[in-house]
Amino acid sequence: MMLTWVILVPVIGGGVAVLAERSGTDAPRWIALAAVAIDLALIIAITVTGPAALTAASAHGPWLAETYWRWIPQLGISFRLDLDGLSLVLILLALSLTALSVMTSWKEIAERVGMFHANLLWTLAGIVGVFLALDLFLFFFFWELMLVPMYFIIALWGHERRVYAAIKFFLFTQGSGLVMLVAILALVFIHRRATGVLTFDYFALRGTPLSPRLAFWMMLGFFFAFAVKLPTVPVHSWLPDAHTEAPTAGSVLLAGVLLKTGAYGLLRFVVPLFPQAAHAFAPVAMLLGAISVLYGAALSFAQDDMKRLVAYSSVSHMGFVLLAVFAWTSLSLHGAMVEIVAHGISTGALFIVVGMLQERLHTRDLTRIGGLAAALPRLSALMTVFAIASLGLPGLGNFIGEFLILLGSFSVNRSLTIVASLGLVAAVIYALALIARALHGPERIPPQAHMPLTDVGARETTVLAVLSAAILWLGVYPRPLLDAVATGLGALQSAAGVTMTSASGSGAQRTPGSAPGGDYSGVPVRYSPHSAGPAP
Amino acid sequence: MPTRPGRCTTDMATLLWLVPALPLLGFLLLFLSAGRAPRPVSALIGVGSTALAAVFALVLAGWLLSQGSGVLRVTLWRWIATAGLQVAIGFQLDTLSLVMMLVVTFVSFLIHLYSSEFMQQDEGYSRFFAYMNLFVASMLILVLADDLLLLFLGWEGVGLCSYLLIGFWYRNPSNGYAARKAFIVTRVGDTAFMIGLLLLATHLGTLAIGPMLAGAQVQWPTGSVLPTAAAALLLGGAVGKSAQLPLQTWLPDAMAGPTPVSALIHAATMVTAGVYLIARMHALFELAPSVLLAVAAIGAATLLLAAFAALAQHDLKRILAYSTMSQIGYMFLALGVGAWSAAIFHFMTHAFFKALLFLAAGAVMMRINDEHNIFRMGGLRRELPMAFWSFLIGSASLAALPLITAGFYSKDLILWSAWNFRPGGAVLWLAGLLGALITPIYIFRAVFVVFFGAQHTRPSSRYGVRIVLPLTVLSVLALTAGFVETPHALGSISALSRLLASTLPTRELAGSAALQTVAMVIAMVLALLGIAIAWWIYGRGAAGALRASAPVRALARWWLGGWGFDWLYDQTLVQPFLWITRINRADVIDTGYGALAALGRLANGLLSQTEDGRLRRYAGWIAAGSLVAVAVAMFA
Repeated sequence: MMLTWVILVPVIGGGVAVLAERSGTDAPRWIALAAVAIDLALIIAITVTGPAALTAASAHGPWLAETYWRWIPQLGISFRLDLDGLSLVLILLALSLTALSVMTSWKEIAERVGMFHANLLWTLAGIVGVFLALDLFLFFFFWELMLVPMYFIIALWGHERRVYAAIKFFLFTQGSGLVMLVAILALVFIHRRATGVLTFDYFALRGTPLSPRLAFWMMLGFFFAFAVKLPTVPVHSWLPDAHTEAPTAGSVLLAGVLLKTGAYGLLRFVVPLFPQAAHAFAPVAMLLGAISVLYGAALSFAQDDMKRLVAYSSVSHMGFVLLAVFAWTSLSLHGAMVEIVAHGISTGALFIVVGMLQERLHTRDLTRIGGLAAALPRLSALMTVFAIASLGLPGLGNFIGEFLILLGSFSVNRSLTIVASLGLVAAVIYALALIARALHGPERIPPQAHMPLTDVGARETTVLAVLSAAILWLGVYPRPLLDAVATGLGALQSAAGVTMTSASGSGAQRTPGSAPGGDYSGVPVRYSPHSAGPAP
Repeated sequence: MPTRPGRCTTDMATLLWLVPALPLLGFLLLFLSAGRAPRPVSALIGVGSTALAAVFALVLAGWLLSQGSGVLRVTLWRWIATAGLQVAIGFQLDTLSLVMMLVVTFVSFLIHLYSSEFMQQDEGYSRFFAYMNLFVASMLILVLADDLLLLFLGWEGVGLCSYLLIGFWYRNPSNGYAARKAFIVTRVGDTAFMIGLLLLATHLGTLAIGPMLAGAQVQWPTGSVLPTAAAALLLGGAVGKSAQLPLQTWLPDAMAGPTPVSALIHAATMVTAGVYLIARMHALFELAPSVLLAVAAIGAATLLLAAFAALAQHDLKRILAYSTMSQIGYMFLALGVGAWSAAIFHFMTHAFFKALLFLAAGAVMMRINDEHNIFRMGGLRRELPMAFWSFLIGSASLAALPLITAGFYSKDLILWSAWNFRPGGAVLWLAGLLGALITPIYIFRAVFVVFFGAQHTRPSSRYGVRIVLPLTVLSVLALTAGFVETPHALGSISALSRLLASTLPTRELAGSAALQTVAMVIAMVLALLGIAIAWWIYGRGAAGALRASAPVRALARWWLGGWGFDWLYDQTLVQPFLWITRINRADVIDTGYGALAALGRLANGLLSQTEDGRLRRYAGWIAAGSLVAVAVAMFA
């Protein structure tokens, strides 16, 4: 029941926000913040009082909380929400970024404030639902639900080409979602033919016996939807338009959380539902991942629009995640989760920074600005922090993610991992290009700028300080995150047929100086039963 | 966790992590103050934190030496703990990291002190010390890390600080370009390093340096594929950071940063990180003899290439930059022939005399309106005696002036070790000797052109104590630091190599004492000959005749551009990359979707034409449609 409230609170909050606009434009903002705060409190309460501890594998498996109602029993559809470490981490990320988005939009959004925040909260509700739903029908319901308010955010509060971008976003996600719906229905009907039971339940469907050919096509249907959302080359091209044209809060939610629903879908559904097919498809998917890393980085470097530059860098980062998911080793999956969170923070922050620059300069065009470090020293310093986080500097979160991903993938596909690691060089090129063109060189401030330029104020500093602290914390002490997702990832791996030599990463202890090799318990094992294990 | 129990050990372990933590704290304070701290406070934080780190380093040194051969370890927290990889944030102090730590903290302190006066007028005073402190912290993490991943953190950290400080004066776009070039070129090497880490972690299961090397020695036969690949990949990282062939092109441009930065980062400490890495991983490199040979060959080639390039430069700092490259070439040569402690010895003396040279050069340039071109200087020895004597002592040490300079002893040990190396020792020795001849020529060329002859500029203002003191201390060290290790004929002291023996393997050199003396005398003669040649050309004015010859000018142009490597990389890598990204700026894949949309619109256009309101045509379509439907129903 508690889990239902986690979804209902933002829905109700959105409605209240619309009504509250009558009593001033600040009211919807405070209501949105309050709704997120209540949600955060709820989810923390659920975690703390839940039946299972986060780190210990218990009788409940990885599940911290669950809600189960029969919804449409005639069709085997239930209202089923389950929370494990994976969902928890992603929901916390979504809530935090939503709160920060509200704070950043405080001045940017001046029209239809109530409706804007309602849409923000409803998107959040859809996202939270996606991360919780484990009935495929319900999952699809939330998957579509989060689309609509986001469409309005882009189309109504966006920049110059907002309608084009919004329609493109809608067509890509809607079209790919349709393919997934077909795959879901096929899976459900095949399951009924095999067992006589009509159900959309994730756990029931997971063991459905499938012919390799059918499994492959259905896997592809799911993969397509998630690959578009992630996004991966060559279905990425909705992203730069949507991210660029959306208002700052929209960009932050898109990059920070919405893309992650794609990664989550791959982790939760594609591989566990179709392990053999995913295994067969792994080289192709990993190749797409490696290509995305390099292609996204190359495109990012070439952009003149700061938001487009950041948007393409997301393609590059998500390429690492795709590589990691299909390597499917314990290390790479942990790395993927860290990368997901770190990218949400660093790229979200970069979008916020670019939004702040646009508020001041009324342009995002790098050919018309330059040398801002002198006029905006503090904003520039913070922008530099997030740019170097984005290029994967050790000590900041993204490095942990990328290192674990590469390490976990190395034993599975050495050559593709090496190709992807070239992304480390490419990331330096685009991240430094952004810094150099915006902040360094002779000062150039466009005539339409809001003069005199003011450096970050208290509200803006708070937002960026929280994000920098988070990215630093993730870089020097990622263990709470790694521990939180360990059990959930382990369960997914065993569901997909992996035999882990150690139950979870949190228990293993090592003191420096102990015997070499003795504690390397997580030797990557592929998820296919007929796989030969790691490359020598 | 300390290796030995006891109160004293625990205290020492605390001191050990405080050594890198103090400059890090200094950075945080300066960063959070966001430039609002008054200048004296910024200087106090910046200089004070490194001074305190140096004091702690001295205390640790005293303690470690009194313990005999021991290793001090401290583990702060577990960094990454997941099934498959455990990495701790922890430091270890053995004699190798002790020498590195002492040199780094001590030289850093002197250069910070110098900077507090040198940068006095700069608007980014606080920012400067913030970056410098972050650099010192990263460098100390690099040399003290007991896990290769933590070492990599320091490694990338110093790269970042190098970038920030090269581009410190950010208004000038060419500084920014130099900074980006340095970061990107070294990142190429770092990516090789990273892949090396992946290989080591995948096959040995840990990156903790001690256990990992022990595992490598147990599991991997000498000369087999895996250690060779791993060592070669780490070497890729080392050549990037240490500006060796083929990733050397960034270092001369790095001189765009303030001169104290060049002294600290691009001469004394960071660029020698590659040397440290190879020395630290010596057990792995010994399993890969072919890679070790490559290290020696790269060192020999770089030391010659850079020495010749230095001959043609006219920017004082670029002369010193090429000389740094050349001297690190000597260190690589030493590593390659297995003379581990000789490499560290030369690292130490080089840190002193090269820091001295840069600081002296900075002291010259700050007084003559930041003039870099040596041919616009001249005759400055009378007006700037402090800078002159410091630069002269540094040059003498770099030129390995026999007996009285530190550089002589460390270079001689490298040459002697190369001579004893089999196979190919003779070639390496000859390369080193040729370098030993060119080095005095290029550096005394600078001495004679800058400080002798006619005076072109009038110096202004005076030096304060914060500049005089570092120059004096470094002058003394550049002369005397070599007495810790002397050849047979000169007392046969071996304090440093005995100290390092507990960490680095020693190799008995086969040649007799008499032979060593002969080799030493040859090197001595060459050094003096080089100075004499420089005097003959630049002191007595024979340079004009030399410049008149066309081949010499062509050669000089070639060397001035660093043998054309920049041009080559620009043509083969940079331009193609720029071209591809430019033509694909609009994303060719997106045009495919655009075409799809256009097709849809076209179809829409065509179909909407059918909707023209003429009843006759509608009726015709209905009839045709019915006909087709009936046909399908009948024949299908």
